[in-house]
Amino acid sequence: MPESLSMNGQLLFAGLAIGSVYALVALGFVMIFRATNVVNFAQGEFSMLGAYFLFMLWHGLELNYFAAILVALLIMVGVGLIFEITVYYPLRNRTFLPVIIATIGASIMFQNGALAVFGPSPEKVRPVVETTSGTGGIMLAGVFFDYQYVIILLVTVLLVGLQYLFFEYTVLGKKMQATSQDKDMARLLGIPVAFMIALTFIYSSLLGGLSGMLVAPIFFVTHKMGATLGLKAFAATICGGFGDVRGAILGGLALGVIESFGAAYISAIYKDGFSFLVLILFLLLRPQGIFGEKVAEKA
Amino acid sequence: MSSNEIKKATGFHWLRPGYLALVLGAVVVILLPLLFTSRYTTNLLILCASWGIATLGLVVVLGYTGQISLAQAAFYGLGAYAVALGTTRWGVDWWLALILGLAAAVLAGAVLGSTTLKLGGHYLAMVTICFQIIYTLINTNWIAVTGGPDGISNIKRPPFFVPLNSAQKYAWFALGALLLVAGLVWWLRDTALGRAMRAIRENELAAEALGVDTRRVKVIAFILSAVIAALGGAIYASGYLYISPDSFNFDHAVAFLAMVLVGGSESALGAILGATLLTFLPEWLRDLKRIYLVIYGCAIILVIVFMPEGLWGYVKLIGRRFARTAVLPSARGTLRVGGRGMAGEEILRVEGLVKHFGGVKAVDGVDFSVRRGEVHALIGPNGSGKTTIINLLSGLYVPSAGRIRFLGRDIVGLRPSRIAHAGMARSFQNLRLFRELSMWENVLVGAQREVGSEADTQERAVAAIEFVGASDKAHEICRNLPYGHQKLVELARALAGEPDLLLLDEPGAGLNQTEKQELVRLLKRLNDMGLTILIVEHDMSLVSSVASVATVLNFGKKIAEGTVDEVLRHHGVVEAYLGNREVALGV
Repeated sequence: MPESLSMNGQLLFAGLAIGSVYALVALGFVMIFRATNVVNFAQGEFSMLGAYFLFMLWHGLELNYFAAILVALLIMVGVGLIFEITVYYPLRNRTFLPVIIATIGASIMFQNGALAVFGPSPEKVRPVVETTSGTGGIMLAGVFFDYQYVIILLVTVLLVGLQYLFFEYTVLGKKMQATSQDKDMARLLGIPVAFMIALTFIYSSLLGGLSGMLVAPIFFVTHKMGATLGLKAFAATICGGFGDVRGAILGGLALGVIESFGAAYISAIYKDGFSFLVLILFLLLRPQGIFGEKVAEKA
Repeated sequence: MSSNEIKKATGFHWLRPGYLALVLGAVVVILLPLLFTSRYTTNLLILCASWGIATLGLVVVLGYTGQISLAQAAFYGLGAYAVALGTTRWGVDWWLALILGLAAAVLAGAVLGSTTLKLGGHYLAMVTICFQIIYTLINTNWIAVTGGPDGISNIKRPPFFVPLNSAQKYAWFALGALLLVAGLVWWLRDTALGRAMRAIRENELAAEALGVDTRRVKVIAFILSAVIAALGGAIYASGYLYISPDSFNFDHAVAFLAMVLVGGSESALGAILGATLLTFLPEWLRDLKRIYLVIYGCAIILVIVFMPEGLWGYVKLIGRRFARTAVLPSARGTLRVGGRGMAGEEILRVEGLVKHFGGVKAVDGVDFSVRRGEVHALIGPNGSGKTTIINLLSGLYVPSAGRIRFLGRDIVGLRPSRIAHAGMARSFQNLRLFRELSMWENVLVGAQREVGSEADTQERAVAAIEFVGASDKAHEICRNLPYGHQKLVELARALAGEPDLLLLDEPGAGLNQTEKQELVRLLKRLNDMGLTILIVEHDMSLVSSVASVATVLNFGKKIAEGTVDEVLRHHGVVEAYLGNREVALGV
């Protein structure tokens, strides 16, 4: 049946595109986790903030769309830095529990701060490729390829590639890796660990912000958008195997596809539940994720 | 020592601040609804009581057991919906509806709790969030059962001796329930279960190795916290007479977490303090309603950074100034270590023991046996597999192959706590104390290994602390003790369970000469009392002064065994330690 075939193709494409957004946010999680062993529950809020900054600059200050993206990314650098200094740094020598709770506190603060400033009504941001007919895209083999979705997929692939090159072939990347593997040893080798961690937070904030700007035209911009995005990205990270970049990407894409098909074939209202159900199953059956390795505690 | 003396010594006394607080609490419960009579403030009192109860559940799971839960609002909702649906649609009695709700919470708590068995930390945080979100989705969308977003109205109130037909009467009921739950949670803290929970929070591995069934205790903690939250929810539903899914979503789970943190997660009274403050704060900050939650988030960060123990931490600081330090009484009897059996019988037999870590063969086919009454040394150069063997024996690692028989039982594959119950106790090379607990509490957890009454447990703990000669420091928090004393706590904790076999992993490491001599004296005395000891140690003079038999390992294989003098003269052993025969023989 060609019709259902093209419908499934459409679902697959949409799932992959949304999944790649999850993957982008998940990359931010993985970066911070690898550098600090901390899970940042405010990671999704970075996306929300990025989207709002873009909206503010482009709609409010009427900047050129691409200039607005650049300026918004610059602001995200500041956000990441301030976040590191105020939330992570004072707690760096405590156990993971206080840090988790502090990041949850930060996420409440960001969400409600946005609500207080921008109000509850959803805002709309233009897509990267603007067409007069509304959504731009091309039909291929019965599947409609929305430009925005294509761009999201491309940006994800591009960033993952760049990140790989950065970590494998630059001194700064090696230093960051060293920091994430053993802070004390890195310090002894003269690597400025605090600076490396600050850089990690900045990069995560940038990744988050960018992903928010990219999904802004698909979803509306609301103060709640980060929460769901962040949780699903986190779910993706766990499914993939914590701290593993490949896992985060694969997990993100898989969740996107599962959600897209689940909403179409099982139930649309429980769409948000599927990824969490998958996650719980994963945690119970294979807690180390797809790529993760089981680590035994040393007595 | 009479049980009465123990009671005094360990602070079980009617004048203990906790009991005074309960009496004071009862007075407050009676007074509050009389002082605040407007409908608005009475409703706030009811809200405060129900939120306080839910927060007390978090004291058990987060404060005592150290497991994060962001699903507390879901359990709270289970209780609320049970009462709401029960009294409106199903037409059952309020109390029956409550019991249904609590039963649902037990079930849900057990499911959530059993996910903690494999997971900890941020994974657990995530699972509880997922649980909460799925609950909210069902609650909102399964309209046929839950009434959907519109909620349920006309909820009934329970009869409780008199009909609770006014808000004031109901406020008494709600506050009374809060006081009751607070009392129970406070009492739980110093029971065997409460101590096991706090031991898990401080060091799960050590707790398991000392005989605490960590799986069971964690599931129980989640169930208790779920049931308590459900009770709070039921009281809320009947207090407001109308509920909707909005009151049980993720935001509320976070609010409960904030309450317990602001108040102080380890204290029942702190939790009530936190719940009260965060219930009334938004009312006082009415003008700031728009940014109230921003302040809320900010407050969580500030509390975590600047007041790790919450408001209760400050109260405790003031209280400590007036606290009397209780002295531990002298023990009535001595420790009954060594078990009941014939000296010389084989109690531990290891055959063909193998452990691989990836490609590394840490232990590669080792056989040896330990006889009752001997001090058996396990020696060998660094990396020869000694500590791995200790971890295999105590069940922390599962062998890749081989058999371990202990007291005639095959113990391969048993959980560490089962092995501990069989009569094996151990110390750790890198101290694994329950750092935030006192020495007394640490040793009590060890003493709990033997089943028996609380008085017997305390008796054993007193004897163990006296044996190592640390009675004067018994009520100090372990974190504050000097290293030498911390090592003694490890020893006393292992001894308090009155084991048949004691495994010591480098007990002499880090001790100075005087402390080592004291250790040798203690170990000799223990051996005289009939205790069998398997010791891993690098200090050969320590080994030769306490051990009678030695097994020598190198690269995971046994290279010699016999009396200590014999093996120390053995060529292979000398070579293993010094690397080269010529050097070793002084040629």
